[in-house]
Amino acid sequence: MSHGPWLLAADAGLNFDWDFLARSIFHPSGTFLHGLARTVYISVLAQLFGTLGGLAVALARRSRWMPLRRAGATYVWLIRGTPLLVQLVIVYNGLAALNLYRFTDVTLGPVVILGVVQAAVLTLALNEAAYMAEIIRAALDAIDVGQKEAAVALGMPPSMTMRLVLLPQAARICVPPLGNEFNLMMKSTSLLSVIGLQEMFLTAQAINSATFKTFEIFLTVAVYYLLLTTLWGFVQQWIERKFEGPTAAVSSPRLRERLFAGAGAK
Amino acid sequence: MSAAPVLLEARDVVKRFGGRPAVDGVSMQVHRGETVVIIGPSGSGKTTFLRCLNHLERIDEGDVLLDGTSVGYREGRHGPVELPPREIAVTRRRIGFVFQRFNLFAHLSALDNVALAPRNLLGLSRQDAEVRARQLLARVGLADKEESRPAQLSGGQQQRVAIARALAMRPEVMLFDEPTSALDPEMVGEVIAVMRELAAEGMTMVVVTHEMGFARAAADRIVMMDAGKILEQGPAEQMISDPEHDRTRRFLTQIAH
Repeated sequence: MSHGPWLLAADAGLNFDWDFLARSIFHPSGTFLHGLARTVYISVLAQLFGTLGGLAVALARRSRWMPLRRAGATYVWLIRGTPLLVQLVIVYNGLAALNLYRFTDVTLGPVVILGVVQAAVLTLALNEAAYMAEIIRAALDAIDVGQKEAAVALGMPPSMTMRLVLLPQAARICVPPLGNEFNLMMKSTSLLSVIGLQEMFLTAQAINSATFKTFEIFLTVAVYYLLLTTLWGFVQQWIERKFEGPTAAVSSPRLRERLFAGAGAK
Repeated sequence: MSAAPVLLEARDVVKRFGGRPAVDGVSMQVHRGETVVIIGPSGSGKTTFLRCLNHLERIDEGDVLLDGTSVGYREGRHGPVELPPREIAVTRRRIGFVFQRFNLFAHLSALDNVALAPRNLLGLSRQDAEVRARQLLARVGLADKEESRPAQLSGGQQQRVAIARALAMRPEVMLFDEPTSALDPEMVGEVIAVMRELAAEGMTMVVVTHEMGFARAAADRIVMMDAGKILEQGPAEQMISDPEHDRTRRFLTQIAH
């Protein structure tokens, strides 16, 4: 093993393997990449289903029927009041131990969907639905009441008013918090290690047991989470700008334009 | 004018907010083709009454009839029962409503604002709905603003789009709730002009406004409301020049200044 001369750490007695770190980051193993891929697609699926579920819960909470409103509020209360970690263990291990439901692998054509992946996506989505429900509810509340009245006065029934007038405007308000939720979601998948799902974090733990390069391998993990969230940050900016573009009520000027306009005014 | 059949009728309408009556037993008949202007001091219940006419407000007593059919209620075993929202919506399609604050759909262009309801409620194709919307925008003088969003339009332009939007449903009666009160003075004229044209074409209209110029020129009848009741009513010219009540005279003098 060769240490770079700039690395004082090695001489000071610190047990740091620069080559191992560099290799982990720039030439990750197939297992690690597999774990990374799982982290990504589980996050995407869970966020997608969680957003749809959240919409359903938010609509239930605005229903004309009181029992439906109650059910929605209870759901949000239960889910937000308990840790995701506990929910994961209850859904995957608890239900099986109870002999109530055991997640088994499902084969769909060429792909096998592991039981543990099903449990993971389901639980993350159920959890996310509670938070998305609150975000969507707040967005709907933020819309001026005159928008709804105008639709109603034209003769639109409530469902159409929601679909054509309120939801399109709520969606625009939802984009920034939704981006925040997905950022959290990607990091939350590290909790899936507790039910034995080989995502990025658990894969790293396995590598750690084999190599004892604890600092280097988890630093690699941190770098990859940072990479994922950074890439997502760019995607989110792009989405926000798109929503802001020709469809926005008022578009805010880009930073450069603002600076330029400010300089020109002087 | 009163030879024409009654199109819209309020019978002893009462609306309370927290037990206090805002509208206190108002009855009114609007004949087909007639333009009625409702005036009255702030808090007199005129806006609330107008909102009761298309069931934007639930009424506590009385009834509102459009062409003989109750707006929002059916006869139940123990008195009137509110209809489900879907059925009330069908009746509202026959009543246009213009808001003080325009309430244009913020996420849609002027054209889409006007085309949305006919397309989704009257089953018009996108193309037919847009043709109708273009004609209406041209009629209110905004043919060049089809693609503009509400935030890019002046108040007067927004209100004209809002009138076009209501007209796109081909309503039998148009209700206007202080349509020029939120406008800068120089924009009042353009909205009033559109309304005068509508009245001249024979549209049935109920207008809550303080624009006495419009009332003098277009109203068949002026109704003075005070404290939730109709204080007096009569032909526009007579109400303006020679009202019966001192309260009306004072009110007219105040708004003239």
